[in-house]
Amino acid sequence: MRQFDEMYARLPEGTDVGQVRPHYEAYARWLAAQDPQVMQARREEAEVIFRRVGITFAVYGEKDDGSGTERLIPFDLIPRIIPAHEWTRMEAGLVQRVNALNRFIHDIYHKQEILKAGVIPREQIERNAQFRPEMVGVDVPNQIYSHISGIDIVRAPDADGHGEYYVLEDNLRVPSGVSYMLEDRKMMMRLFPDLFSQHRVAPVAHYPDLLLETLRASSPTTTAEPTVVVLTPGMHNSAYFEHAFLAQQMGVELVEGQDLFVKDQFVYMRTTRGPKRVDVIYRRVDDDFLDPMVFRSTSTLGCAGLMAAYKAGHVAICNAVGTGVADDKSIYPYVPDMIEFYLGEKPILKNVPTYQCRKSEDLQYTLAHLKDLVVKEVHGAGGYGMLVGPAATKAEIEQFRAALLANPEGYIAQPTLSLSSCPTFVDSGVAPRHIDLRPFVLSGRTVQMVPGGLTRVALKEGSLVVNSSQGGGTKDTWILQN
Amino acid sequence: MLSRTADHLFWMSRYIERAENTARMLNVSYETSLLPQSATAAQAGWEGILSISELLPSYLALYKNINARDVMAFMVSDADNPSSIVSCLSAARENARAVRGTLTTEVWETQNQTWLEVNRMLRSGEFERDPGQFFEWVKFRSHLSRGVTLGTMLMDEAQHFMRLGTFLERADNTARLLDVKFHAMNNDYFGSPMEGEAGEAEYDFYHWSAILRSVSGLEVYRKVYRNVIKPERVAELLILRPDMPRSLHASLNEVMANLTLVSPEAGSNTLRHAGKLRAELAYGRIDEILATGLHAYLTQFLDQVNALGGHISREFLLPQVA
Repeated sequence: MRQFDEMYARLPEGTDVGQVRPHYEAYARWLAAQDPQVMQARREEAEVIFRRVGITFAVYGEKDDGSGTERLIPFDLIPRIIPAHEWTRMEAGLVQRVNALNRFIHDIYHKQEILKAGVIPREQIERNAQFRPEMVGVDVPNQIYSHISGIDIVRAPDADGHGEYYVLEDNLRVPSGVSYMLEDRKMMMRLFPDLFSQHRVAPVAHYPDLLLETLRASSPTTTAEPTVVVLTPGMHNSAYFEHAFLAQQMGVELVEGQDLFVKDQFVYMRTTRGPKRVDVIYRRVDDDFLDPMVFRSTSTLGCAGLMAAYKAGHVAICNAVGTGVADDKSIYPYVPDMIEFYLGEKPILKNVPTYQCRKSEDLQYTLAHLKDLVVKEVHGAGGYGMLVGPAATKAEIEQFRAALLANPEGYIAQPTLSLSSCPTFVDSGVAPRHIDLRPFVLSGRTVQMVPGGLTRVALKEGSLVVNSSQGGGTKDTWILQN
Repeated sequence: MLSRTADHLFWMSRYIERAENTARMLNVSYETSLLPQSATAAQAGWEGILSISELLPSYLALYKNINARDVMAFMVSDADNPSSIVSCLSAARENARAVRGTLTTEVWETQNQTWLEVNRMLRSGEFERDPGQFFEWVKFRSHLSRGVTLGTMLMDEAQHFMRLGTFLERADNTARLLDVKFHAMNNDYFGSPMEGEAGEAEYDFYHWSAILRSVSGLEVYRKVYRNVIKPERVAELLILRPDMPRSLHASLNEVMANLTLVSPEAGSNTLRHAGKLRAELAYGRIDEILATGLHAYLTQFLDQVNALGGHISREFLLPQVA
C-alpha cells in the first residue's frame, strides 16, 4: 500500500538517510545533532513529570494493581509539524464544516428543511437513537448546538502520492483530549526550549480563554457576569483530569450532579454560603445521564429538573442536548451535502468515501470486500466495535460478516486509509507510526480555534488505531508560522 | 465555594494531619522499644497505640498477639485499616484529586507526590529497613503540605477550610495521646521503677519525655519551664498553653480563627460551640483539671471536638437544601 510520511518524502532505509520535507528540515537537523542518551533521559523525565502532575486517565474494566487504575497516555517527543498554508486551508474547512453542522442540528429540531428537500432520508433521523424528541422546537442561544467540536482528521496519499486530508469523524457530544494538547506543548517547551527559539510555532495556551469566552457567549440570561460551571461525572471518569484542568484554567467551579439542584426552573449549586445561580453548564456528561426526570431515571450524574430549566431558557447546556444526531456515523456521509445545502459552498475538507450498509448495493460491496475495508458500528466510539479488514483474522472477518447480515443498518464501511505516519520514538529507536489529528473548534459569537489540535499516534507497528484506550499515544502538534 | 469542595479540602487536611500524628506516636513507641524494658511493658506500649486510635478490636481480629512488628505493619502499611498511614495518605490524595482544580499546582503535586512515594517506599521495603526514617519522612511531608498551602494558596475560603481540618484533627489527636499516656502511667509502663527518689525521677523522665518528643515538645518544655519534667506541667503544656503549637488551646485558637473567617454572620451555631470550647481552655487551670480527673476531662473534650466536627459538616460541608 502507498504510504505518506509527514516528515520524509522518502523514508530512510539502511544507509540511505531519506529525504526530509522542507517544513521538517530544521527539526531534522536538530534531531540528528541530539545524543540518543539525552533523548532517552528526556523521555523518562517527561514520564516522571506527567505522573507527578497526575496527567492520567482511567482505563475501564482494569483491575486495581496497586498503582490504581490511572494510566499515563504515552507522550512522544517528536512533534507533528504542519506548514502554515496547509493549516490555513484546514482551518477554513473546519469553520465551514462546523457552521454547517450547527445549522443542520438547528434545522433538524425545527423546520427540518433538509429532510423536506430530500437531501437526507427522514428515517435516518427519526430512527436514530441520538435524535432527542425533547429538543424539538427548543430554542437555544445564538442557535449554536455544538459549542465545542472535535473534528478527527487523517491524511492519506492520493494516486500521485501527495498527502490529502480527510475528515474521519465529527465529535459533537463531549469531545475530549484538549488538555493533552495543552500539556504536550507545555512539556515540549520545558524539555526542549531551544527548539522553540529555532521554530515559529503558533501558540495554543490561550485555548481556555477562548473556551470561557465561548461559554459566556452562550449564556441565555442577560446578566453581565454569567456563572459558568464544568459538570463532571466525577473523579472516576476516564477524562476527569481534563475536566478538573479546564475548570481550573477557566477559573470556574467543577461541579458534580450532586452539587446542583433546580428550584422554580432555575439551576443552583450548593455552596458554603448557600445556593448560587448557575447560567452556563459546560457538561462532560452524556445526554442520557443529564436529567433523571427526562432521560435515564437511574442516573445520579445529572440533576433532576435540568431539562425543564433548559427548555425554559434559564440555563445553557454546552454542548446542547441532542447534538449526537449529527455526529453519528450514519449521518457522516451527508455532511458534504449539508455544506452545500445550508451554506451554498463547495466543501473544503473531504469526507472518506463511505458505504452505508443499510443500502443493499453498499452492503453487497462491503460483504464482498471485507478484507480490504474498515467496518464500523454506526454508534461506536473509542476504537471499539470495528473491523480493520487488512489486519483481521479470517475468524474475525466471518464474525463481522454475521453481525453485518444480522443488522446491516448498524454499520458503515470505508476503504482502509493508509493513515500518514510520523517518526516516533519506540523501543527500537525512531520509526514511523500512524497518526491522526483532532482540532477543537469553538462556536460562540464566532467560530474560532487555536492553531493545531491533538495529534494521536498508534504506537504499535502497523496499527491504525490511535485511541488512548487502545494503546495510542500523543504528540505535540506544531503549526509553523511564516 | 461549593460545599462539596469545602468538604474535600477539610478532609484532605484532616487525613494528612492524622497520618502525621500516627507517625509521631509510632516513632516514639519505636524509639522507646529500643530502650531496655520488660516484655509486658513493651506490649502495653504498643497496646496503647492501638487504643489511642480505637483499633484494638480490629487489630485482634487479624493478629494473635501484640508486638512491634505487627502493630507497625497494621498501623503503617495495611490498606484495609482506614487509620493506617498509607490509608490516610491515600485518602488525602483522593480528596485532593477530587478538587485538584481548586488547589494550586504545588499543593496538588505535593499530595500526589506523597502518595506516589509512600506506595513506592512500602513496595520497596524501605519502611521495614528503617522505620525511624520513614516516620520522619511522613512528618516532613505533612510539614510540607501545610507550608505549601500557606505559601501558595489564595487566602480565601479554600485555605480556611483546609486549616480548619488540620487543627480540628490536631486537637483530637493530641487529646487522645494525652489520655492514653496518662492512663498508662497507672500501668506498669516501663517495668518496675527503681526504688527511691532517683528511680522515680528516671521513670518520669523516660515516660514524659517520650510524650513530649512525640509532639515535638521536649525542647519547648525546657524553654518554657526550665525545670525537671513533671506530669502536671506536661499536661499544662499540651492542654492549656496557647503558644505550644500542638496544644489543645493553640489548636482551638486556630479552629476558631478559621471558623470566624468562613462564617457568614456571628450568630452561627458552629461558631458558638467552638467559642465555648476555646473559652474553657483559655480560662482553665491545670490544678482544677487534674482535680476533676484528667481522663474524664479529656473524654469530655473529645466528645465536644467530635460534636464540633458534626456542626461544621452540617452548616458548611453537607448542607441539606433543596
